[in-house]
Amino acid sequence: MLAGVLHQIMSGIATGGIYASVALALVMIYQATHHVNFAQGEMATFSTYIALSFINAGFPYWIAFAAAVVISFAIGVAIERVLMRPLANAPILASVGVFVGLLLIINSLSGWFFDYTIKQFPTPFPDKPMLGGYLSGHELGSTGVTLLVLICVYLFFRHTRLGLAMRGAAFNATSSRLVGVRVGWMLALGWGLAAAIGAVAGCMVAPIVFLDPNMMSGILLYAFAGALLGGIDNPLGAVLGGFAVGVIENLGGAYLVGTELKLTLALAIIVTVLTIKPTGLMGRKVYSRV
Amino acid sequence: MMKMRTSWLIALLVVLATVVPVVGFTDYHLFQLTMVVVYAIAILGLSLLTGFNGQISLGHGAFYAIGAYTTAILMTTWNMPYWATLPVSAIVCAGVGFLLGLPALRLDGLYLALTTFAMAVAIPQILKYKAFEEWTGGVQGLVIDKPEAPFGLQLSPDQWLYLFTVGVAVLLYVIAWNIVRGRIGRAMMAIRDHAMAAEAMGINLPIVKTRAFALSAMYTGLAGSLGAIAVQFVAPDSFAVFVSIFLFVGLVVGGVSSIGGTLIGAAFIEFVPNVADKVSKAAPGAVYGVILIAVMFLMPAGAGGFLRAMGRRVLRIGAAPEPLVDEEEEVAAVEYAPVVGDLVKRPLASEKHNAD
Repeated sequence: MLAGVLHQIMSGIATGGIYASVALALVMIYQATHHVNFAQGEMATFSTYIALSFINAGFPYWIAFAAAVVISFAIGVAIERVLMRPLANAPILASVGVFVGLLLIINSLSGWFFDYTIKQFPTPFPDKPMLGGYLSGHELGSTGVTLLVLICVYLFFRHTRLGLAMRGAAFNATSSRLVGVRVGWMLALGWGLAAAIGAVAGCMVAPIVFLDPNMMSGILLYAFAGALLGGIDNPLGAVLGGFAVGVIENLGGAYLVGTELKLTLALAIIVTVLTIKPTGLMGRKVYSRV
Repeated sequence: MMKMRTSWLIALLVVLATVVPVVGFTDYHLFQLTMVVVYAIAILGLSLLTGFNGQISLGHGAFYAIGAYTTAILMTTWNMPYWATLPVSAIVCAGVGFLLGLPALRLDGLYLALTTFAMAVAIPQILKYKAFEEWTGGVQGLVIDKPEAPFGLQLSPDQWLYLFTVGVAVLLYVIAWNIVRGRIGRAMMAIRDHAMAAEAMGINLPIVKTRAFALSAMYTGLAGSLGAIAVQFVAPDSFAVFVSIFLFVGLVVGGVSSIGGTLIGAAFIEFVPNVADKVSKAAPGAVYGVILIAVMFLMPAGAGGFLRAMGRRVLRIGAAPEPLVDEEEEVAAVEYAPVVGDLVKRPLASEKHNAD
């Protein structure tokens, strides 16, 4: 029994890492623009297809992986420059509409270029049980990769000039502009980073859930739940929230509601957090002048 | 006098749109038209909530599914006649909508969109759930019979169903039209345009918002019931997240707060996939997406708002420069008003309420 629970927690942490990265991508865009990117999941799926194309063309795994991350970064920047820039002060319905449109377009592009059949995605990690049988090689490896990404993002924001400039642009655009930060480019950079993180998450989750154009819709839901649980304006909170949702999902799926209602569990988490503590566990209250 | 003439014109158009297809169309085309009317009712429901009350929902497919399943279960398990299931479905959906409207009270703009989106993603799973399998038929879904024309009328089932659907739709449109034009409608729009000012004017925010949610859910649920009768089949996977997204696309294309525009939006989501499918299986989604973004940038009031603006311009050129009637001004103000409060500028309004 205890071993079973431990096993569920461990693999919950493994999938939680993936939710944490997608949640982090969501929070990065939310912090800078106060938009929630409904297309984040589809963008990550598309990036995963790019990686698969490189692998099928004969490139080694890690080169294909790096190429997908770089290309996703460029796509993210391009989307911000072309589509999102004019929406900076648009009413919320307009931004939701554009994000839903983006979701539809990227989803059908995935289907169009790479067809709708379910594909296998290779893993670079050895296929054998690790840590005394609690985790598969891929689970351990993908947890490692996500942790590495999260640490890199943390160091980038904390200890580089560019990271500081990006935080400044998100926190107070006008003041940042006055001290010479190019706020527009910082937002574009944020989008690029979010897309790149999504690409990593997509490549890490694809070997588990298999690759098809709708691969990420459920994962996006867990990531939303994670981001809200931790606080949607707090990157660290979102990451912890993502891990927590992974564990809750696995334990709940195993002992509480069964695997058929896992998505409903995510919905329940979202509704509970938003109604009981809308700032999330680590979010900040925002006051506004009437 | 002008208004009198328009309402007669609309009545004439409705009669023509009812009679001509029944006489001259094949059964398949009639079925397609029936689905247009069904989607129009569903989009009207969404419009009442999103367009007129400013609560963005990306999950109305869930209400559509609940309505469809209510009808299907009543018809298969309890052998109820199809027409008798409609009032039940209306009550069930309005009840569910009211209950969901309660947490929605605490969610502003973006958060509501997010939560309803989550609901749309989760609904097929709930419908498949084993505990309900006895009623819902699980993954297999339920098959229902197509109703025959009553009273010995010489009509094919498709012809009769079209007439029946149009009849229900006319009733629902008249009700919606009157609600929007009346005191409740004005309260709904006041909340959309400036919630705080509306509250200061004495509008009871929670009551109006939850009732708007219930009304909206009832409309979309009834559309689901009619759709289930027309398609004769319900299954969890036909109510995936894309139903909700397509309803949203139809709403935006027709114009979020345009009652007439819902018909344009419905025709759009029924016929565009048929045309685009010939290019590729993926094309409908891409076309939807591109048009959605284009409408957002170029024509924020949607096709309905665009046509109305055109009509006004033509009338102004053609007719004598008679001053515009107050009532028309009011309608125009509705359609060009900012659709939803400026959440972009005041990001976390929901939390602000808590903080108080």
